[in-house]
Amino acid sequence: MASIDTSGGDSGHKKGPGVKKAKKLSTRVDMTPMVDLGFLLITFFIFTATMETPKGMKILMPKDVNDPKKQNEAKESGALTIMLGKPFPPGTGKPDPVYFYHGQLKVDAGVNNFETTTFKGIRDIIIKKKADVIGRHTHDFDQGKESICKELQDNANKAKDPEWKNACLSRDLVIIIKPGPDANYKMMVDILDEMTINQVKTYAIVKILDQELELVRLTEASAGIK
Amino acid sequence: MPSVKMPRHSTDTDMTPFVDIAFLILSFFIMATKFKPKEPIQTEIPNSVSAEELPENDAMMVLIDSTNRVFFAVLSEKDKTIPGKVLDKIGSTRQMTFTADQKESFRKAGAVGVPFSQLSSFLDLETEEQAKIAQPGIPVTDTLDNQLIYWIGAIKQVYAEERRELKYLVKGDGMATYPTIEAVIAAFKRNDQLKFNLVTSLENAPTNSDLDKYNRRMPAKSK
Repeated sequence: MASIDTSGGDSGHKKGPGVKKAKKLSTRVDMTPMVDLGFLLITFFIFTATMETPKGMKILMPKDVNDPKKQNEAKESGALTIMLGKPFPPGTGKPDPVYFYHGQLKVDAGVNNFETTTFKGIRDIIIKKKADVIGRHTHDFDQGKESICKELQDNANKAKDPEWKNACLSRDLVIIIKPGPDANYKMMVDILDEMTINQVKTYAIVKILDQELELVRLTEASAGIK
Repeated sequence: MPSVKMPRHSTDTDMTPFVDIAFLILSFFIMATKFKPKEPIQTEIPNSVSAEELPENDAMMVLIDSTNRVFFAVLSEKDKTIPGKVLDKIGSTRQMTFTADQKESFRKAGAVGVPFSQLSSFLDLETEEQAKIAQPGIPVTDTLDNQLIYWIGAIKQVYAEERRELKYLVKGDGMATYPTIEAVIAAFKRNDQLKFNLVTSLENAPTNSDLDKYNRRMPAKSK
């Protein structure tokens, strides 16, 4: 479309006196305030946003059974008991202590299998225990005893999970977690996490025995944990 | 000598693309934002390597704060009738009656942490007043009066009647001590609810641990 010439600049002829030249208004708008506001809102929404859906761990508790015949038994060679005591007061930065023993608790004269480590050290203990249990069973596969883990194998084939051999070999590994009355929730989650990290299939949370608690308390007292 | 004339540049820059992007980001955040649901207590949840996604709807949550107070929350944004039904069930087991206002107040409260004896008077308060008062927490550690059992039992019954699946969540502060956790677990067990989830924040599996190796071997685990 042809534009109507209103400027009158280049055509040469002048408008009459008193006729004012219309001011040419720029179509440009100062956008600075709008941008300011825009960024203010962005900042607000970034700060209030909760992006992630909550994540968590699943736990399955066993049903309480009073009949000792129906209770699960753990092989002594594959059992590891982990006890949780009092944590260090917050802010000291020390890794919290963890107490453990292999098999059954022996604290007779000369024999003592009650040991102390930290949350950093317990992973190595679990790894070593698992390797130990696996080592005891490696000959199973050479002797054609795969049928022991028939169920595991079938389930694994369904899920296309190549892990079943390891799960089969470590089937005797049972970790018993005994949080004491002074343990906190973080310690419990941390120790359950170690089970996931080290792929321990069988573990249980059990109430701590008086004898164990006493040992834990004695160790705490000598370590100066208040 | 003729001087070289430097072309004069305007200091005005064209901000249009800039504004475009800014508003694009703004609209993204507006849409992606979910406001944090109001919780009466602050919990600092521990880290874990578990990455199971948890539901935000059709679930119940037990909250435990750092001073071992226990709270109960119904997460049912979509079905607003659930909290009222839970109160009805509580009422029938504890011989209490609740008015429609109290049910509405319960729905808005988010989480409650009072013993049954104080429940009615707590629900009579306005939502703002409820936030102000310090709730003592649901009594759990006394094995003879573990009131969380009734709360879990009530919501479990409601969902069984609705024929819908209910998820059970526990969100505890890292500093909460074990006897309280044990009592909460006992309350679940008493209701024959042996499967529940702990809300944790995600951290990476330590390198070269068995879990790490497993994850690398099976990267496309579609679950």
